[in-house]
Amino acid sequence: MSVLAVEVPYWGQSLLRVLGGIVAVLLPAGTIVYVFLFKMMSFMQSRLGPMEAGPYGSMQLFAEVGKWLQKEDLVPDGADKPIFKIAPLIVLGSTFLLVAAIPFGPDAVFTNFSAGVFYALAVSSISVIGILIAGWSSANKYSLLGGLRAAGQLIAYELPLVLAVVGVVIQAGTMNMQGIVVAQNEGSMFGWDGLGNPFVITQFIGFVVFMISVQAELTQVPFDMPVAESELVSGYMTEYSGFRFLTFFIAEFATAGVFSLIASVLFLGGWGIPFAWFGWDGIDDVSNWMNVAGPLILFTKMMLLAFIIMWVRFSYPRLREDQLQTFAWKFLIPLSLANIAVTAILKVAV
Amino acid sequence: MPMKPKVPGLLKGLGVTFNTMMRTITKGADTVQYPHAKETPPIRARGVIALHEGNCTACMLCARSCPDWCIYIEGHKELAPPRRAGGKPRSVNAIDRFDIDYALCMYCGICVDVCPFDALFWSPEYEYSESHIADLLHDKTKLGEWMLTVPEAPELEAGAQKGK
Repeated sequence: MSVLAVEVPYWGQSLLRVLGGIVAVLLPAGTIVYVFLFKMMSFMQSRLGPMEAGPYGSMQLFAEVGKWLQKEDLVPDGADKPIFKIAPLIVLGSTFLLVAAIPFGPDAVFTNFSAGVFYALAVSSISVIGILIAGWSSANKYSLLGGLRAAGQLIAYELPLVLAVVGVVIQAGTMNMQGIVVAQNEGSMFGWDGLGNPFVITQFIGFVVFMISVQAELTQVPFDMPVAESELVSGYMTEYSGFRFLTFFIAEFATAGVFSLIASVLFLGGWGIPFAWFGWDGIDDVSNWMNVAGPLILFTKMMLLAFIIMWVRFSYPRLREDQLQTFAWKFLIPLSLANIAVTAILKVAV
Repeated sequence: MPMKPKVPGLLKGLGVTFNTMMRTITKGADTVQYPHAKETPPIRARGVIALHEGNCTACMLCARSCPDWCIYIEGHKELAPPRRAGGKPRSVNAIDRFDIDYALCMYCGICVDVCPFDALFWSPEYEYSESHIADLLHDKTKLGEWMLTVPEAPELEAGAQKGK
């Protein structure tokens, strides 16, 4: 593999991938927390948010991390200690596994899975295990209820999430994430190729279902029953403090970032720009500078989707537990099944 | 009457938060960055209770009516000169101690209402936090100093009855 025409040995590639993975998880998480959670949420409530740590409070995140690292790592007496301690790491681990499947540029990929979408959806449900054992091992009724609610919710919304992606897979004709990006940027709408063929237009229902399911997968408001603070203190995170709570917190927003990345790959054309702009014919034709520009383009698209996720989060009140389940099983799943059927018919007929 | 097409509540809600965000960015927030800028509290604000020592007769009404028992009063009787020549010397109460423990006070204002001699007043002053809880016990000197911050009572509205 060559990065910008420099030949990199195998150990160098591995190092780059590890560093890249850490950056790809932590940078979106930090940006989302500062730009959206600290600032945009404050502006939407007509206040300024953190202003003291660094210019416009930009160092607030480091202050918070420093504070959490100093706190005592408490483990309840009745807790299942090793399980209790490992649970947040499982949740964060699933985020790191997710990012491995995302293409950031024509050559800037961690691993080019041929069934990348399948892998990503499979790996994303590992976090359910972490959350469930966190709730169980805390030896706390609030935690247990929170963990059970989270498990029920994540399983219920995993289905529409997968079904919404099936439409994209049918249209692109591949499960390879790189292939999906290429299919969108090579494509044309009714013979006009100025925009490529981003699936957000042709798969709009799939996109909406996907974003709603992502909102629920991330347990963001209005789907935050697992951590409903007015009912369950903090759900499965109740007993966690210090470093382990920080891990849960990072995982929450890193997963928001990674899911936004996946959504922009599946629906907004990923790292690519319409190939017709520069007269590229296929993936092999794409210029090398896209390896640098691609991640930035993908990051911009991710911020756009994260903005929508956070905007919805700050605007809506929490749903009730039964409303949540009804919405998933009676509305989203039939809708996404119908979407698949229509997509399949059109794919064959047209 | 022609019906306007109804905007769904979900979109309306998103609009409210978005418009608030734009207003905050362009026109500034409704909040004040406290240590750098301060708001003037309203004139009737319940910040701290001030004591006009000369009016106090150590009648204990405030201490007895305090729900938190946070007022401590000690006094003694003194003989004052008679009002008219040849009269008997008057017996008046003098206060030795008048403390309010602001660590206990819940700012209900019953003491101010109940005082028959206008010795207690509300002041809008609010910056008197301490790093030691014992320092929140304000003695009569300190309570007297708060009198300087008590604002003039505002004019009564037209037609209002002056209190007896």
